[in-house]
Amino acid sequence: MDCIYVPKDKLLTFKLSEDIDDNQTDKLRRKIDNEITRFLPRKTIFDFSNVTFMDSAGIGMLLGRYKLIKMLGGELAITNANKQVEKIFELSRNIKNNSNSGG
Amino acid sequence: MLGIYDNEMKLEFASKSTNEAFARISVAAFASQLDPTIDELADIKTAVSEAVTNCIIHGYENTIGIVKIECKLKDNSIEIQISDTGKGIVDVEQAKKPLYTTKANLERSGMGFTIMESFMDEFKVESIPEIGTKITMKKYINKEKQEET
Ligand SMILES: Nc1ncnc2c1ncn2[C@@H]1O[C@H](COP(=O)(O)OP(=O)(O)OP(=O)(O)O)[C@@H](O)[C@H]1O
Ligand SMILES: [Mg+2]
Repeated sequence: MDCIYVPKDKLLTFKLSEDIDDNQTDKLRRKIDNEITRFLPRKTIFDFSNVTFMDSAGIGMLLGRYKLIKMLGGELAITNANKQVEKIFELSRNIKNNSNSGG
Repeated sequence: MLGIYDNEMKLEFASKSTNEAFARISVAAFASQLDPTIDELADIKTAVSEAVTNCIIHGYENTIGIVKIECKLKDNSIEIQISDTGKGIVDVEQAKKPLYTTKANLERSGMGFTIMESFMDEFKVESIPEIGTKITMKKYINKEKQEET
């Protein structure tokens, strides 16, 4: 994973590159939180161009980062997810919507 | 082996998270014989990854045990069984509910079973506390192509 920070835009970009599963999330979590708390970016982007695979461990990791970013007053964006990764995101959105409307 | 099935394989490995990639890639390689689409293969990989990860982090928790995978091919279908002899599940129906997790503090999303169920055509959980858990799932390959003809 590479990390680029653009100070004038307060923009932090993580270029993820590994398969994101339970074997990778601890390491990613540590690195990402380190950079976020260091730069306190206005916006954080997770660029998925080089990610070929992600499972539910990745969703859990991203939700945790989302909470941290929100707490620090920033925003988060996810870009360039491939079809497999997008399918996981879509399912997670559907589950969230169903659980909200279901009470 | 090789009773009523066209082909079979078995795999056993230590419950270490470094083996998650090995497991899903091995099953995908075996499934390739059925000439699946990229999307079908991705679904199989994801479901296997979920089941294997559950054996490692829930079944065996902080101990090391053996995760077992069995795959069977028959016509255009692949049946995959993934099992552990770990701590088992007390209430399977509750565990299968979307977002249910016993490890929320570790940032689990509780989506594993929901992913397996929606990415595969058949899905079954059998579990006995203190004995272990077995997941059986099946996928029909080239379903769309076959429905057209
Ligand atoms: N092999 C297993 N052995 C023991 N308990 C299990 C096993 N698989 C699942 N469980 C139980 O079922 C629950 C739900 O599993 P599921 O995979 O849906 O979510 P999760 O693993 O907690 O989170 P996620 O998969 O999103 O990271 C788990 O929290 C765990 O309590
Ligand atoms: Mg799981």
